Amino acid sequence: MLRRIRQHWKNYIGNSRMALIGCTILGIWIVLAVAVPLFGPWSYSEQNAEIRNQGASLLHWFGTDRFGRDLFTRVWYGAGISLAVGIFSTLINGIIGVLYGAVSGYAGGRTDMALMRIADIIYAIPSMLYVILITLVMGAGVGSMILGLCVAGWISMARIARGEIIKLKETEYAYAARMEGISPLRILLKHLLPNAAGTIVVNMIFLVPQAIFTEAFLSFLGVGIAAPAASLGTIIQEARSQMMLYPYQMIFPLIVLCVMLLALNMAGTAVEQRVGQHSGKGTGNR
Amino acid sequence: MLRYTWKRILTGILSLFVLVTVTFFLVRLIPGSPFRQGGVSEQVVETIEQEYGLNEPVLTQYFSYIGNVLRGDLGVSYQDPATRVTEIIARAWPVTASIGITALAVSVLLGTGLGILRAVTKRRFVRELISAGGMLAAGIPGFAAAILLLLVFSVKLKWLPASGLLSPAHYILPVTALSLYPAAMIARLVGNTLDSELQKDYVLFARAKGIGKWQIIFTHALKNAYLPVLNYIGPASASLLTGSFVIESIFTIPGLGREFVGSITNRDYTLILGLTVFMGAVVIIVNLLTDLLCAWLDPQTRRAYKKAGDSAK
Repeated sequence: MLRRIRQHWKNYIGNSRMALIGCTILGIWIVLAVAVPLFGPWSYSEQNAEIRNQGASLLHWFGTDRFGRDLFTRVWYGAGISLAVGIFSTLINGIIGVLYGAVSGYAGGRTDMALMRIADIIYAIPSMLYVILITLVMGAGVGSMILGLCVAGWISMARIARGEIIKLKETEYAYAARMEGISPLRILLKHLLPNAAGTIVVNMIFLVPQAIFTEAFLSFLGVGIAAPAASLGTIIQEARSQMMLYPYQMIFPLIVLCVMLLALNMAGTAVEQRVGQHSGKGTGNR
Repeated sequence: MLRYTWKRILTGILSLFVLVTVTFFLVRLIPGSPFRQGGVSEQVVETIEQEYGLNEPVLTQYFSYIGNVLRGDLGVSYQDPATRVTEIIARAWPVTASIGITALAVSVLLGTGLGILRAVTKRRFVRELISAGGMLAAGIPGFAAAILLLLVFSVKLKWLPASGLLSPAHYILPVTALSLYPAAMIARLVGNTLDSELQKDYVLFARAKGIGKWQIIFTHALKNAYLPVLNYIGPASASLLTGSFVIESIFTIPGLGREFVGSITNRDYTLILGLTVFMGAVVIIVNLLTDLLCAWLDPQTRRAYKKAGDSAK
């Protein structure tokens, strides 16, 4: 079992130090985000007026906030929410984007042009504005945050998938499949998309930190995720009013957030290099 | 080529139209009335809504809004009926633009410099340092960087002012915080392009002719890095503009971003609407201009459009 995992790791990730560090940190972060709120002795939302604004101690590892809530529990709970928002929105965006782009690229001609023009029009508007408006309309929360992220988030995936499919549909095996009379949908799903998977996965990995970043940014502005739920952005925002007095309340969640984003970017870059080497081309950001 | 230009402009106009429409209806959907604050009686609310035409059917409101926007009128602020939205924009936009343009210039210069250094250096240490620094700068959210800079340089060390925009020294922290991300992206673009360009035959040929290393980079190789960078200016301007929301509220700068955040908390419909339309329009126009510039500058694109006529982008 362990050998097989190692084999897979070698196949997909190679022996890159960056991937190892990134994935290890991510693993630790996920375990902590799940375990601390579930099994920790403190609740993320229970207030206790007697222990307000305490510094870090053996009892409260990151100290407590202005309502006497244990910051260690809150930070990891928030990290979990942030990760969940990032992963779910990426999955939705990935699925919508890949299907849209694949259909557009495979159909070609007028359909392709119309679909891509629509995407261009949506893409031209800064996505942050959509997310803000949608959280205003639907109320701050995880659901509206994910919805907001999905209004324009799929377009970059659609463009990438379209590019790959246009390249792949001219290959010999695609012609062969078409001549055998296999339905276009089947060719697309069974033959073309699996071959585009490398590029698609790389770009999807980079969507996760982007989504987490957007969520943190909006929660920090006060239009993202609001009480009783809390993401890292919310916690940082709450600490802002007493930033000068109790900077630790802001620094702990900031560090957890930054390390999380860095780890995701490291893992993404490592896989990108690997896939790029593998198929002999860089995928880049464009 | 001309056809491409027209088509691109048309897409831009359509985007603007979609932006105005979507924003208008979304803003109307926001729950809660901007006037129903602090125990105002129902009658007063109705009178005010009548005055602003809010009791008319939404479609009528929509068409009259479109008409007004076309005439360059974005309405009056609900919270402060004495000021027009256009006046607020005229007051706040220069502030935001001055920071944004400075940050853009800084990131282009810094990014290009670091990208070149990364590509030409023979020391592995320098190369890895720039790559790691770039990843760090691109990975840390702008607001986190801004807070850390503020805590270190103005609160602890007291070297730089923490708020306002009175002297050049006030620009240092917000501009640094804003330009970290675009600078990292540009450094990566330039570095990657140069890496692949310097392997090419024409560089070898130029070296064989005895042209110096720096001349090759600046007159030949770097030309190929212009286009990706120019292409990136559009997205960069969007990220600078949205970045200004938090940067301006952290450093208390009276710019567009702060007005926008304020309008959200105040539920000031017309201001939200007007600012969204304005900022969206700025990004759309910058994107349009850089795209057209790229197409005109890039011989490959030019040729492709001449030949194919209307092939999709």
